[in-house]
Amino acid sequence: MRGLLIVSAPAAAFDPDLRWRLHHQVAVRPEPFGALLYHFGTRKLTFLKNRTIVEVVNSLSDHPDARSACRAAGIDDAQQAPYLHALGVLAQSKMLVTGEA
Amino acid sequence: MTSVAPVPRLVEQFERGLDAPICLTWELTYACNLACVHCLSSSGKRDPRELTTQQCKDIIDELERMQVFYVNIGGGEPTVRPDFWELVDYATAHHVGVKFSTNGVRITREVAERLAASDYVDVQISLDGATAEVNDAVRGQGSFAMAIRALENLAEAGFSDAKISVVVTRHNVDQLDEFGALAARYGAMLRITRLRPSGRGADVWDELHPTAEQQVQLYDWLVAKGDRVLTGDSFFHLSGLGEPGALAGLNLCGAGRVVCLIDPVGDVYACPFAIHDRFLAGNILSDSGFDNVWKNAPLFRELREPQSAGACSSCGHYDSCRGGCMAAKFFTGLPLDGPDPECVEGYGAPALARERVKPKPSVDHSRRGPVMLKLLTKPPVRLCNESPV
Repeated sequence: MRGLLIVSAPAAAFDPDLRWRLHHQVAVRPEPFGALLYHFGTRKLTFLKNRTIVEVVNSLSDHPDARSACRAAGIDDAQQAPYLHALGVLAQSKMLVTGEA
Repeated sequence: MTSVAPVPRLVEQFERGLDAPICLTWELTYACNLACVHCLSSSGKRDPRELTTQQCKDIIDELERMQVFYVNIGGGEPTVRPDFWELVDYATAHHVGVKFSTNGVRITREVAERLAASDYVDVQISLDGATAEVNDAVRGQGSFAMAIRALENLAEAGFSDAKISVVVTRHNVDQLDEFGALAARYGAMLRITRLRPSGRGADVWDELHPTAEQQVQLYDWLVAKGDRVLTGDSFFHLSGLGEPGALAGLNLCGAGRVVCLIDPVGDVYACPFAIHDRFLAGNILSDSGFDNVWKNAPLFRELREPQSAGACSSCGHYDSCRGGCMAAKFFTGLPLDGPDPECVEGYGAPALARERVKPKPSVDHSRRGPVMLKLLTKPPVRLCNESPV
């Protein structure tokens, strides 16, 4: 499967068993292909390249951990690797942070 | 697994246009203290129809609704508008980040400290030579010192990652490493962009644009060192010089699709390098707002249709350069569906050598020296004909 993001940074250790949420300075703009993510602090722009990853990202804080957010978006455990990788890249660029909102 | 609906490649999505621009340039004024020979917007004098503070704020409100995350503010010299800082504060308070380009004239210590305290403002200092000699020949006497003073003030105030913005020319292409060193000295980042034959640039492009050998040199430099340099996706016309993807960025002309320009009177153009009636999509004041112009202007709809490769259709590099820059072709008098004037395959050179008609500028705010007042030779009929008091 092609990457779900346009950035190619290697993902650091990302713990999918933690609760994650969008950084408070990150805005999500829906687009036909997925969404644009913009971080007002780092001024980084990222593209989410399908709507499922958008759904996962938007619902992260409603779930106790990233895996459950993926499952809720209809991605069973065997299919989660590219999504967790994408979340890892987002976490590395500080678009996502751990913990309560 | 839920089937993920197949989505077209991102570049194809972008070619069809987005619901709002990603990169919006807003020239706040045509007034400028400098008179750079290559000014894209032929700036100099303020336009009497310039948008008022309230009209600017209304546009910011609209950008917030459209989720345009940031605007690139330029001019002219935007900081000479008396309401400049008020508009910057208004934009950032309304979730529209600001990156502004300046020649440094108003970046005093006090201003630098204010800027350093904000998370949402980014500053870009224009510099077209790593030495005063090279810079001032293009941007005017004293402009190098002015820019360096601004960079010093920003660095002292603790503003990190200011941008040094360089238009690459025949005379500074050998100074790219020196620009990098300058940026490092002031804790800044280097941003380099392509010289366009737009505005007054049309008059000097023949002498200033990098030669074919220099284009290759520039490409090699970008591939070797470009990861720490911003380019605004400026050099996609060079991408045919190497492997696809060797140059960072989308390598796509975003005009009217993901990019556009708002000028000081509210006219909306397809891109910052295309201030000409041919690329005028509409006006924010007379065409019911920016959102309407962006979504419905016939010009923008046309630009979002598949474009013809024309004379380039048989070239193997078309997929990487897509025919190059529309504005560069237009202002050098080349057909829009043919090669870029700086085509890496060399197809631009013979096209430039052929007879061509460069379009006349449709907007020009250049200063033409002082306008002398004439004294009346006869006494005025009534006093108020001579004096307003």
